Amino acid sequence: MKKLLLASAAATALAGAAAAEEVKVGILIGFTGPIESLAPAMAAAAEMAMKEVSDSGKFLGGSTMVPVRGDSTCGDAQAGTAAAERLVTSDMVKGIVGADCSGVTGAVLQNVARPNGMVMISPSATSPALTTAEDDGLFFRTAPSDAREGEVMAEMLVEKGIKSIALTYTNNDYGKGLAEAIANSFTAKGGTVTINAAHEDGKADYSAEVAALASAGGDLLVVAGYLDQGGKGIIQAALDTGAFSTFGLPGGMIGDSLPQAIGPALDGSWGQIAGSDSAGAATFEEMAKAAGFDGTSAYAPESYDAAALIALAMAAAGSTDPKVYKDKVMEVANGPADGTGEKIYPGELAKALDLIAAGTPIDYEGATAVHLIGPGESAGRYRVIEVRNGKNETVGFR
Amino acid sequence: MDLLNALVAFLNFVFIPGLAYGAQLALGALGVTLIYGILRFSNFAHGDTMAFGTMVTILVTWALQGAGVTFGPLPTALLALPVGIAATAAFVLATDRVVYRFYRRQKASPTIVVIVSLGVMFVMNGIVRLIIGVNDQNFADGARFVISAQEFREATGLAEPLAIRTTQAVTVVTAVIVVALLFWFLQKTRTGKSMRAFSDNEDLALLSGINPDRVVAVTWLIAAALATIAGVLYGLDKSFKPFTYFQLLLPIFAAAIVGGLGSPLGAIAGGFVIAFSELLLTNAWKKIVTYALPESMAPDGLLQLMSTDYKFAVSFTILIIVLLFMPTGLFKGKSL
Repeated sequence: MKKLLLASAAATALAGAAAAEEVKVGILIGFTGPIESLAPAMAAAAEMAMKEVSDSGKFLGGSTMVPVRGDSTCGDAQAGTAAAERLVTSDMVKGIVGADCSGVTGAVLQNVARPNGMVMISPSATSPALTTAEDDGLFFRTAPSDAREGEVMAEMLVEKGIKSIALTYTNNDYGKGLAEAIANSFTAKGGTVTINAAHEDGKADYSAEVAALASAGGDLLVVAGYLDQGGKGIIQAALDTGAFSTFGLPGGMIGDSLPQAIGPALDGSWGQIAGSDSAGAATFEEMAKAAGFDGTSAYAPESYDAAALIALAMAAAGSTDPKVYKDKVMEVANGPADGTGEKIYPGELAKALDLIAAGTPIDYEGATAVHLIGPGESAGRYRVIEVRNGKNETVGFR
Repeated sequence: MDLLNALVAFLNFVFIPGLAYGAQLALGALGVTLIYGILRFSNFAHGDTMAFGTMVTILVTWALQGAGVTFGPLPTALLALPVGIAATAAFVLATDRVVYRFYRRQKASPTIVVIVSLGVMFVMNGIVRLIIGVNDQNFADGARFVISAQEFREATGLAEPLAIRTTQAVTVVTAVIVVALLFWFLQKTRTGKSMRAFSDNEDLALLSGINPDRVVAVTWLIAAALATIAGVLYGLDKSFKPFTYFQLLLPIFAAAIVGGLGSPLGAIAGGFVIAFSELLLTNAWKKIVTYALPESMAPDGLLQLMSTDYKFAVSFTILIIVLLFMPTGLFKGKSL
């Protein structure tokens, strides 16, 4: 609230400038709910990008961007939709950074964004279902779809000469979507999925689940779960009973606590997590530190990029009307097809606005090496992790 | 055909886990059945009594570990167990004094006392969560395996591994000792005999000069000890989380009722019946059957009757079948 007041005060001070206006942009993130620990850094990152744009004084004739926060709750689609409705109809925002979780994002897209013609750029919704959702060209995301992670994992499985896998996933939208993506890509590449079974989080004992997985067999067990939850239990039980000795670990299973909890038996297991080796990531982390939040927090860089893309698309279109600038999002994110666009990294938004004004094409790289594909979602870079000597080690990017 | 591998796979994935789980359920069901037999109500707070005892044991275990005390290859928690039992006994005796005694004096009907125990359950549940939190706690230490999968493979050259965890062995051995002690106590000692007499016919027992307060106190003491031991063994073997202990109430009651409420022998049998039914019905038999049958008859499917998510449904179904067709249970306990 304080920030909002400050921002409004700053905006009022600038209002004297000719044709300058206050461009409100919604930040629709789950400030309460299952990812509330990530929300503050995500919102701070988006606001940092908007402040950068406003401070440059080069945005649409000196206009400023004013963030308006809304609580998506991550889990409650109805509450998220109501918050989005408020942003659009009462606060009159010109674009939305969000929503965050896949379920809420889908609901807001269909119930609020499409009827009102509002652009949404989600920093963190990864469900493959959003790729094919009807969006009237209004929906983009700076996070890759889990379908892409499934493809990456399947490629690595094939490269490692693995013919068959057993697959288990945490029983929710994320786990199910990811498991399907892995299974489909792997089968398409000629591999066999012996079993694709769900597990519930929060159980004391996973020996029965592991017995079923062991019965089906396979060269490797892929655990599409959470590292502090059922995923850990499954791996522990599988090692204890000698059912599997190597594990495939998608994003939800990558973290320092897993090798610490399991010990040396996990050595040789491998996986991938969304992550980038781009030059922008380091710059972003420094900027975040200076602004007083953690730039390595999950989806914070994606949030910065989402807000920056909205600003640059508006500048490129010369309009804050979502129906107009929506067509410019892909253009500023990817640049011309021949790759001649000037690369823009975090902290260079002022330069980008100058370039746009001069008519030079830009290619927004941002903190996460943004490259939008298909219907406007991040192509995604993945950090490949292998567990060596009880530690997660980065062995490459793909 | 490879019967040896089939046998090893069966032992590893069904028999050994079932044996340990069954022993844990049996100990829990013994506590429930004792309270039902002597105090004449179904104690819904039993699962949370287990959680309370385990929580105290965990805290003492941590203190011991902090002080550098360990129990060699055995889990340190076994050293902390007596403290856990003492604290739980004090807690349930206090509960009895403050809550249950009032209803006993009122000669309240068992239905009312069951609901009272439900209230006690929520209070205990809250206390446990308040003190130790709602998260998983892992407190097993010492040697992890008696036989590890790797060692077994190397020693026998079989394709299938067999692993016996220390906690599984400790569970079964402890359960045998506790059950033997309990039966000796009930059959041979004066207090045990007076408890059985009280259970058979309260009025007659009172007439023959048995002190009811003493019987009640001893029953609570034994129930607290059984609950704490069952809880600690379950927590060692799997992991401790207040919510899972609350959920354990269902299979424990199913075990006690299947065996026949009020019958200690029935509680033990019931524990193993429930544990093995859950495992046998939700196990995927593909691997074992593939080993056991000639190659040409190897199955394609998983041969899994139902998903492992339906474990609790199995307990429920057995419970309903027994209540419908055999209300007194396998060992002719008291009907509900």
